[in-house]
Amino acid sequence: MAAASNNQPLLEVRNLRIEFPTRRGTLLAVDDVSFDIAPGEVLGVVGESGAGKSLTGNAIIGLLEPPGRVAGGEIRLEGRRIDNLPYEEMRKIRGARIGAIFQDPLTSLNPLYSVGRQLVETIQTHLPLSASQAKARAIELLQEVGIPGAEMRIDHYPHQFSGGMRQRVVIALALCAGPRLIVADEPTTALDVSIQAQIIALLKRLCREHGTAVMLVTHDMGVIAETADRVAVMYAGRVAEIGPVREVVKHAKHPYTKGLMGSIPSLGVRTERLTQIDGAMPRLTEIPPGCAFNPRCTFKGQRCLVERPNLMPAGATRAACWLHDSGGVGAPILKETVDA
Amino acid sequence: MPDGGADFVRIEGLKRYFDVSAPWLVRKLEGRPRQVVQAVDGIDIEIAKGETFSLVGESGCGKSTVARLVVGLYPPTAGRIEFDGNDMAGRHSRSDMAALRRRMQMIFQDPFASLNPRWRVFDIIAEPIRAFGLSTGKADLEARVAALLRQVKLNPADGRKYPHEFSGGQRQRISIARALASEPEFLVCDEPTSALDVSVQAQILNLMVDLQRRLQLTYLFISHNLAVVYHISTRVGVMYLGRLVEVAPTDTLFRRPKHPYTRMLLDTIPDLEMTGRQRSPVGGEVPSPINPPSGCTFHPRCPFANDRCKAERPKALPIEGGTVACHAIEEGRLPIEDRTYALNT
Amino acid sequence: MAAASRSGFSGWLHRVSDSDVWWSFKSSPMTVAAAVATFLIIAVAFLSPVLAPHTPFDPATLSLSDGLKPPVLVSPDGEWAFPLGTDDQGRDVLSSIMYGTRLSLIVSLAAVAVAMVLGISLGLISGYFGGAIDAVIMRVADVQLTFPAILVALLIDGVVRGLISVKRHDEIAIFVVVGAIGLSFWVSYARTVRGSVMVEKNKEYVQAARVIGLSPLLIMVRHVLPNVTGPVLVIATLNLGLAIITEATLSFLGVGLPSTEPSLGTLIRLGNEVLQSGDWWITVFPGVTLAALVLAVNLLGDWLRDALNPKLR
Ligand SMILES: Nc1ncnc2c1ncn2[C@@H]1O[C@H](COP(=O)(O)OP(=O)(O)OP(=O)(O)O)[C@@H](O)[C@H]1O
Ligand SMILES: Nc1ncnc2c1ncn2[C@@H]1O[C@H](COP(=O)(O)OP(=O)(O)OP(=O)(O)O)[C@@H](O)[C@H]1O
Ligand code: SF4
Ligand code: SF4
Ligand SMILES: [Mg+2]
Ligand SMILES: [Mg+2]
Repeated sequence: MAAASNNQPLLEVRNLRIEFPTRRGTLLAVDDVSFDIAPGEVLGVVGESGAGKSLTGNAIIGLLEPPGRVAGGEIRLEGRRIDNLPYEEMRKIRGARIGAIFQDPLTSLNPLYSVGRQLVETIQTHLPLSASQAKARAIELLQEVGIPGAEMRIDHYPHQFSGGMRQRVVIALALCAGPRLIVADEPTTALDVSIQAQIIALLKRLCREHGTAVMLVTHDMGVIAETADRVAVMYAGRVAEIGPVREVVKHAKHPYTKGLMGSIPSLGVRTERLTQIDGAMPRLTEIPPGCAFNPRCTFKGQRCLVERPNLMPAGATRAACWLHDSGGVGAPILKETVDA
Repeated sequence: MPDGGADFVRIEGLKRYFDVSAPWLVRKLEGRPRQVVQAVDGIDIEIAKGETFSLVGESGCGKSTVARLVVGLYPPTAGRIEFDGNDMAGRHSRSDMAALRRRMQMIFQDPFASLNPRWRVFDIIAEPIRAFGLSTGKADLEARVAALLRQVKLNPADGRKYPHEFSGGQRQRISIARALASEPEFLVCDEPTSALDVSVQAQILNLMVDLQRRLQLTYLFISHNLAVVYHISTRVGVMYLGRLVEVAPTDTLFRRPKHPYTRMLLDTIPDLEMTGRQRSPVGGEVPSPINPPSGCTFHPRCPFANDRCKAERPKALPIEGGTVACHAIEEGRLPIEDRTYALNT
Repeated sequence: MAAASRSGFSGWLHRVSDSDVWWSFKSSPMTVAAAVATFLIIAVAFLSPVLAPHTPFDPATLSLSDGLKPPVLVSPDGEWAFPLGTDDQGRDVLSSIMYGTRLSLIVSLAAVAVAMVLGISLGLISGYFGGAIDAVIMRVADVQLTFPAILVALLIDGVVRGLISVKRHDEIAIFVVVGAIGLSFWVSYARTVRGSVMVEKNKEYVQAARVIGLSPLLIMVRHVLPNVTGPVLVIATLNLGLAIITEATLSFLGVGLPSTEPSLGTLIRLGNEVLQSGDWWITVFPGVTLAALVLAVNLLGDWLRDALNPKLR
């Protein structure tokens, strides 16, 4: 399932910056984020709450909520720039070329209309099909996402479905027009572990069979490890590390990613204490100069306090950390009051 | 099991039903029947002093209801709860009851809803101390709150702030400090880390383990995350639709799971080791607790179900240091196998 | 509390000036104007014994020869002693308005207070205990809601009038009006508080308080009540405007305050009676004051509602 190497990426995000004007000045919530997604590839995006994952996803589907705005960089889908399109044009692309799946399936479905009606309407918006053709396609989609008895269930209302089935209906909705890219923001977070596995299996199968690319936003490393081809780890609005999922999970290069992986309790080995990263991710108003991770980093040097690292090759991944620069982290920091 | 011996917390035949019927008039007019959710349907648990007993299970299986029953937020429909030899439903004088309550506390799941947004952290933590009259004066109260804040690795100066000035992990520390304020011996923790990021979760779990060792706490720990449960528990109980289907020491449960539902749950744990093992998606949905299936409530999803399973509720049988409620295990139809897990390298 | 007392008033001032609500206030010129207007009207009204040029309802100071003087600015017949003119009894309209506004404000503030106390208590009880008590209170509220406030007030006033003599009635008229308006306004408080209580009581911080065995009354007062003050404050402000109007309407209809002690509404009614003869100023100036006051108070209320609603921020 490795990403296609030579041809053009499906999605290119270049130096994306997202700002929020507030009364205390402008907050930079997403700072210089770049990544690509190849056709048929699953890119996982992980990070702590507030790291900027959803904002990045929303910018791609053109649903950034004001006062948030793209303040720099560009987003290209199949080579065409989409971050500066007028609303109407973006709306067409959103259904037809990019599908979206959100965390809470109930908010994506209208409780007043039957599932079938919502599917048929979406299909007809994007494809020139008659009502009966659209209905046939809706049933097909429901079958595809694994809803048993689709012919019958198509007339049911969202509340008559369980959480897992609702999320499948949302996935079916996102698939209506055969999009090239699906942005899935925490698609399994609201679901039970057992149902989570079903949804993950479904997403994987869809990618394989249709060559759809997926940007999978989540803070669950387990989901990423199972589903993604590559993973981008975000921290305080920046990409800390990006690379093939196996490498990032097993041989993380950035100190934050390493700490993150260590803090996940795993089966097999029971330790007295889990590895933990002390401290917390800084708020947007308090991001330190230099490397945003420096207050919590045990490897930091003088350079980390002043100069900001960009992504650089680090083993098989790319990490934003001076440890992987020929110049190193700079002089050691001798005395520092370490906060408990 | 540390200490072993006398059971510190003993839960016997605990049941809690919720009436979720439509209002009387509507019911009569539309000819609808009464509807009762059997949220907890006959549970026996014994927790020894100093151990961590965990409850796991899918959403809606009744874990939180058990937690609330134990701390007295709900009265039980049937059954009894004994705490250090005292029947919690028995007749107690006001002061005896307060003394019992002081010794057990609860930590909640949502770090954003469990702290009163209008109160300063100092007052939130001081509330149990004041309620139980534990402090001798203002200076003593301030010293106690400062010590509690330090215990959860926060700064005593943080007492002056309001909850919204803290991150999720810090709020959960404040909840823990508050729970510890009455110097309890038994803490009921309902998904204390489910709303937190993994790196923050590690901090909180470590803190809980440290505190347990330092203060000889006993935990009833509730979670749906099996890896977390594996990490923190002494013994684990697996719940399904209001019943306990299996109880076992942690290592035994994860190495030699017996009940078909336990095995299925273990199969759904995401594979971080990337051994290529496929998570086997669980077949079927969780049935409604309003009309639970007859006999063994797991039978509609169980690959080993037979006619007896549909008719007869299985009893909890002692096996390998725990108990299992399954006909197939009882009849020896289902062999018990060892599982191996890839080691984190 | 120890931590709180240390920061003191300057700390409070700092917090207020630093808060989002203050910021949203400052950045809305309309609201600032409304606040200034409200403040001015209230200050002038309450200082009327000091500020007013005349004491219009002291018969000793009145002289019929001053009667029906037009406002200074529109007619050469006007006198600077009576800038807004006088009525047929020779009472200064400006002074009447100042005293009348004071009375209107007192009545409506008291009425809102009555409604708040009644509504909040019933709402708390209803929301916290639920069940049969809740059902009874809310059905009563439903019935109450089907009657417009004026009707309720008329009803109460009528009953009271039937029970006591006219002379006694004039003495207690103010209490009757306050009670009548208060009684007709409690429903919105009760409903809002009940709704908020039902949301808050299931929050985990309330359960945490129950775990340590606090009594329901303590939990309501300490935990639930402070968290429902926001919406209550909004209703109170909007209600104040409504109460002023209701009082004016009642007085206009002649079932409110007696003409010996006129409120804005009474003034408008009295002026209205002589409007035919062309003496418009007697009724128009009180009317304009009433409109300005109600508008300013309502603008404040609208802003408060938006400012306290996190979703709109
Ligand atoms: N409307 C807004 N005004 C100000 N800041 C905002 C707004 N929306 C988001 N932010 C900030 O932007 C940052 C990134 O938010 P985002 O929703 O992308 O986080 P996330 O990584 O998706 O987190 P989560 O895991 O909690 O969903 C956060 O720090 C958040 O506080
Ligand atoms: N107060 C209540 N009234 C009616 N039904 C309730 C009430 N509390 C819980 N239930 C029902 O009881 C069942 C068990 O709920 P409980 O909250 O104990 O589940 P849980 O195992 O904690 O689930 P989760 O993992 O989602 O928290 C559910 O079906 C729930 O709908
Ligand atoms: S750049 Fe420096 S501070 Fe940042 S992660 Fe690398 S070593 Fe740590
Ligand atoms: S009792 Fe029967 S249905 Fe229940 S778990 Fe055992 S084998 Fe399955
Ligand atoms: Mg998000
Ligand atoms: Mg629960």
